[in-house]
Amino acid sequence: MNTNQNTLFQGDQVRDAFKQSFIKLDPRILVRNPVMFTVEIGTVVMLIVTIFSFSNSGQGSFGYNFTVFLVLFLTVLFANFAEAIAEARGKAQAESLRKTREETPARLLVNGNEQTIMSSLLKKGDVFICETGDTIPTDGEIIEGIATIDESAITGESAPVIRESGGDKSSVTGGTKVLSDRIKVMVTTQPGESFLDKMIALVEGASRQKTPNEIALTILLAGFTLIFVIVCITLKPFGDYANTPITIAAFISLFVCLIPTTIGGLLSAIGIAGMDRALRANVITKSGKAVETAGDLDVLLLDKTGTITIGNRKATNFYPANNVNEAEFIKACVLSSLADETPEGKSIVELAEQDKNMPAVKAPKDSVFIKFTAETRSSGLDTPDGLRVRKGAFDSIKNIALKAGNAFPAETEERVKLIASNGGTPLVVSQNEKILGVIELQDIIKTGIFERFERLRKMGVKTVMVTGDNPLTAKFIAEKAGVDDFIAEAKPEDKMNYIKAEQQQGKLVAMMGDGTNDAPALAQADVGVAMNSGTQAAKEAGNMVDLDNDPTKLIEIVEIGKQLLMTRGTLTTFSIANDVAKYFAIVPALFMVSIPALKALNIMDLHSPQSAILSAVIFNAIIIPLLIPLALRGVEYKPIGASALLRRNLLIYGAGGVIIPFIGIKLIDLVVGILI
Amino acid sequence: MNTEYSGIILMYAASVALAIPLGKYIAKVFNGEKTWLNFMAPLERLIFKLSGIDTNKEMNWKQHLKALLTINCLWLFYTFFCLLKQSHLPLNPDGNPDQTPDLAFNTAISFITNTNLQDYSGETGATYYTQLFVFTFLHFVSAATGFAAMMVVFRAMKDKVTDKLGNFWDYFLKSITRVLLPISIVVAVILAFNGTPTSYKGKDTFISMQGDTVHVSRGPAAAMIAIKQVGTNGGGWFGANSAHPLENPNYLTNIVENISIILLPIALVFALGFYLNKKKLAWVIFGVMTTGFLILAYTSINAEVGGSPAMAHLGVSQPGGAMEGKEVRFGAAASAFWGVCTTVTSNGSVNAMHDSMMPMSGVAQMFDMMINAFYGGVGVGYLNFYIFIIIAVFISGLMVGRTPEFMGRKIEAREMKIASLIALLHPFLILVTTAIASYILVHFPTMNWAEKPSAWLNNPGFHGFSEILYQFTSSSANNGSGYEGLGDNSIFWNVSAGVVMFLGRFLPIIGPVAIAGILANKKFVPESAGTLKTDTGTFGVMILAVIIIVAALSFFPALTLGPIAEHFSLK
Repeated sequence: MNTNQNTLFQGDQVRDAFKQSFIKLDPRILVRNPVMFTVEIGTVVMLIVTIFSFSNSGQGSFGYNFTVFLVLFLTVLFANFAEAIAEARGKAQAESLRKTREETPARLLVNGNEQTIMSSLLKKGDVFICETGDTIPTDGEIIEGIATIDESAITGESAPVIRESGGDKSSVTGGTKVLSDRIKVMVTTQPGESFLDKMIALVEGASRQKTPNEIALTILLAGFTLIFVIVCITLKPFGDYANTPITIAAFISLFVCLIPTTIGGLLSAIGIAGMDRALRANVITKSGKAVETAGDLDVLLLDKTGTITIGNRKATNFYPANNVNEAEFIKACVLSSLADETPEGKSIVELAEQDKNMPAVKAPKDSVFIKFTAETRSSGLDTPDGLRVRKGAFDSIKNIALKAGNAFPAETEERVKLIASNGGTPLVVSQNEKILGVIELQDIIKTGIFERFERLRKMGVKTVMVTGDNPLTAKFIAEKAGVDDFIAEAKPEDKMNYIKAEQQQGKLVAMMGDGTNDAPALAQADVGVAMNSGTQAAKEAGNMVDLDNDPTKLIEIVEIGKQLLMTRGTLTTFSIANDVAKYFAIVPALFMVSIPALKALNIMDLHSPQSAILSAVIFNAIIIPLLIPLALRGVEYKPIGASALLRRNLLIYGAGGVIIPFIGIKLIDLVVGILI
Repeated sequence: MNTEYSGIILMYAASVALAIPLGKYIAKVFNGEKTWLNFMAPLERLIFKLSGIDTNKEMNWKQHLKALLTINCLWLFYTFFCLLKQSHLPLNPDGNPDQTPDLAFNTAISFITNTNLQDYSGETGATYYTQLFVFTFLHFVSAATGFAAMMVVFRAMKDKVTDKLGNFWDYFLKSITRVLLPISIVVAVILAFNGTPTSYKGKDTFISMQGDTVHVSRGPAAAMIAIKQVGTNGGGWFGANSAHPLENPNYLTNIVENISIILLPIALVFALGFYLNKKKLAWVIFGVMTTGFLILAYTSINAEVGGSPAMAHLGVSQPGGAMEGKEVRFGAAASAFWGVCTTVTSNGSVNAMHDSMMPMSGVAQMFDMMINAFYGGVGVGYLNFYIFIIIAVFISGLMVGRTPEFMGRKIEAREMKIASLIALLHPFLILVTTAIASYILVHFPTMNWAEKPSAWLNNPGFHGFSEILYQFTSSSANNGSGYEGLGDNSIFWNVSAGVVMFLGRFLPIIGPVAIAGILANKKFVPESAGTLKTDTGTFGVMILAVIIIVAALSFFPALTLGPIAEHFSLK
């Protein structure tokens, strides 16, 4: 997905959206949006009035009626366009993904024989083969073999990844490319049912279900619309009483201006854009509801490794014992780690190499590597010239030394305790059963993570670190990283229990996971984000899939969810606040001629009743396209606390919503006043 | 003029000063704590025993509504038949006749619904029996009905409740024995000592200075007048209500009655704070209500004290402000202040003729009733406010990026449906009925009715329109005051206003109780930093904006053609 930097409006998307705006005029489609549907009805009535005004001028001149009709028609078109452009953008995003695997040849295995068919014909349960250079035709799970795979087509990450059968890294995605080796893959989804297909359907709108908040808001907007139906219909007998004839054009204009067309026209665009933003963040969601729920999250469960800390523990310091030469000690450390393939072992070698004065250390020929076992809890190397180097946990190495009659140096023991209490892991190194010193291994906390957690805290989200470390280490890292709570020595069921306990208290919990053993917890969590590299089971259980396999993605998802709700709320406020100015434009225009005293209400000093009405409807129409960029981008979320945020948005969109239309309508009136 | 203003300030300050301890006391009563009125407990137990009610049995919101509606139905029939046959009932020394069926229909609904529109006049249209055992009785129970419904919502807002929302009969009875009755007794005694009659004798006569024989209606009025103010009923003993020298004899009784009008509505806001132990929330609600109240009171007082431009054009000096239709013993400012107090609280008693007030006072009074939640009627004021809170919480919840929640419960589609419908109901009832009346008036002025539509209005033009609009606004808001220029004792007005009052009373009780009940059943979400706090000034501004915008947007065109047009025409 490399189109992240595209502009809001692209030529082909605009053309497509333009076409769609007309298709969406179909009342059967528009009825889903009650506010815009009533505008369409008003438009049709105005069309009839316009036709009749040809012969009968009782309802005002043909030109005036026609202009009102045209503006109303544009209002509906603008609203349709907003929805269509949001859909087009989402579709384009999804399409670029889908293209990669359309019509890829697949090497299907039938009874051990290979057949080449088109990928679109693959069914769930089919098994196919991929070798170096092949593009994987569809989503599946490796059942045999191991391969390096280039996933840059979906993730944008150029470094290849390793995928192998069994375990938690067995899943492959359609459209990615095998760089080496050969794998057998079983298809896990029906054609048209992969995550991507679901996502495409969601942004295309057809199968988009309204989210709970959207439904509640639609009800409120329908309520406002109904109030204004009542206001406008009852105005007719009121006008009769006051001997004030009101034209149909004026009635419909008043009605359309008063009902919340701005939010009504942009509502579905906002929803689609929210999904689209998630997709741009390389997160595939299975429903719009999941994105919305993300905005409400109270608790985030994060794995320590990879999320809070960089990969694994790293060596940070060498502490030689008294009377031990530092260079000698480091040399022993490197020797003991040369054969050690663990990340910790590698980091020791790396740390030693950083010291420019150290000569490169190589294991002498015919050295015997001693592998780490659970019993010895140490590893090392025996050289042919009789050097026995060992490194390992404090008590195991101490045992070795004590057995050989060597004392454990007091200052090293002090150091060991100090390292442990600082959240580090001490590795003691011995040579020929004599203690040389201790290596300090530390978790490296990602830069900026503290600030991110601080941000989450201000949003009201509690962060919980999940780690296999002992409680002491876990506590230290938790404090250093700024998480609110931690689960130490965590087993998969611990996550599950924690989630359930939090949910019992009414909280919404999110977690990320990739393994099959994470699946129950992913399903239990309100928002479960599965890594794309994870197992099929994990992906099925969660309600989002992160294509980047980036555990910090949850933070972004929370913000996307909040933005979605905020955009709806602020535009609703803006839309309703606009009515104040529209009233002051239209109401005096309705009555000024028959009740001259009401000229006092014409505080904007608009040119004439007709120009006032036209200016109001024109403003009402053009505010929709003007706000499309905001609807698509979303209102910026700032973690400044709910009350401060409300104050800010109330000031911008509430007070702004009252003031802006006064200015806008006056400006339009200046132009319209010249023209008529 | 300064003494007039200080009189108003004194009344308001005294009301708030009394309301805070009263609110604390009410919270104590309903939290089951001991108060000095506990000596009422044996009486309450006796009543419950006789009625076979077990107050330990807690009800859910549906059971509460069932109890409330059933008992109100019963009273409705009782009232209707008493009024139809009142001349045959005892205590009728003046020999007043039965009410006609349409008048009885209107009157019965009007008293059940705490409205007291009073299309009859107390001196001739009711007997001492109906005044005491129907009207005064309903003054108590209709206020207690609203009180009990509010208690259900209070209870549902508590942290750890679900289905158990207390016992309706317990709330109902205690609100009478512990709150309404004691305050009414104090007020009644003050009134009686200042000259309000408390006699069972019929009309008195005296010979005036001109030598004419004058008949003066009287009766056991003081008791009724006390509860009419305390229970935000407004239905007085005499036709002229508290402008009548026997209902409101002097400036002191005016102070006492005016305080009684707003005392309980304000106290209930503080009661919420003490009851839920959320005092800050109570202050925010009080702040919002008071801001609205003060703006409207200022508008009206300003208009009345300024005097009428029409009089000024004639070269008449108006040192006392616009005095047409006002009592000299109260003056322009106190009359305007009362006018706003009585309309914000859905009380409806008057000490001056609203019909004669300046158009801007009309705007203020109608706007009071259109909002109907700045303090509001006993119990129901908060219920109306609750709907606005729900809408404000919903919009502002979205604005801070979180599914809206109030008191730890999420507000979803079902609650929004109810809230929208209830918010819609008030404009619907007022505008549609006003439209029907205007339509009939314009298109069928000579219809063959007992009273021809053309004879409805005493005033043509904008003021006539205001009279119609005011009548239905007052009915829907269950206020009961009226622009007396309207000939409202006829079938059309009796029936239409009756229907409006009925719907305007019970649906806005059912709605909030249902929402509160549904919310109480939802999972409780503890507050976090991302939760929108409802006890802040910012949220207060939000509620005020929602209230003003919803009411202003719905009623602006109607008000424009009525009092606003009249105002600008007077210039």
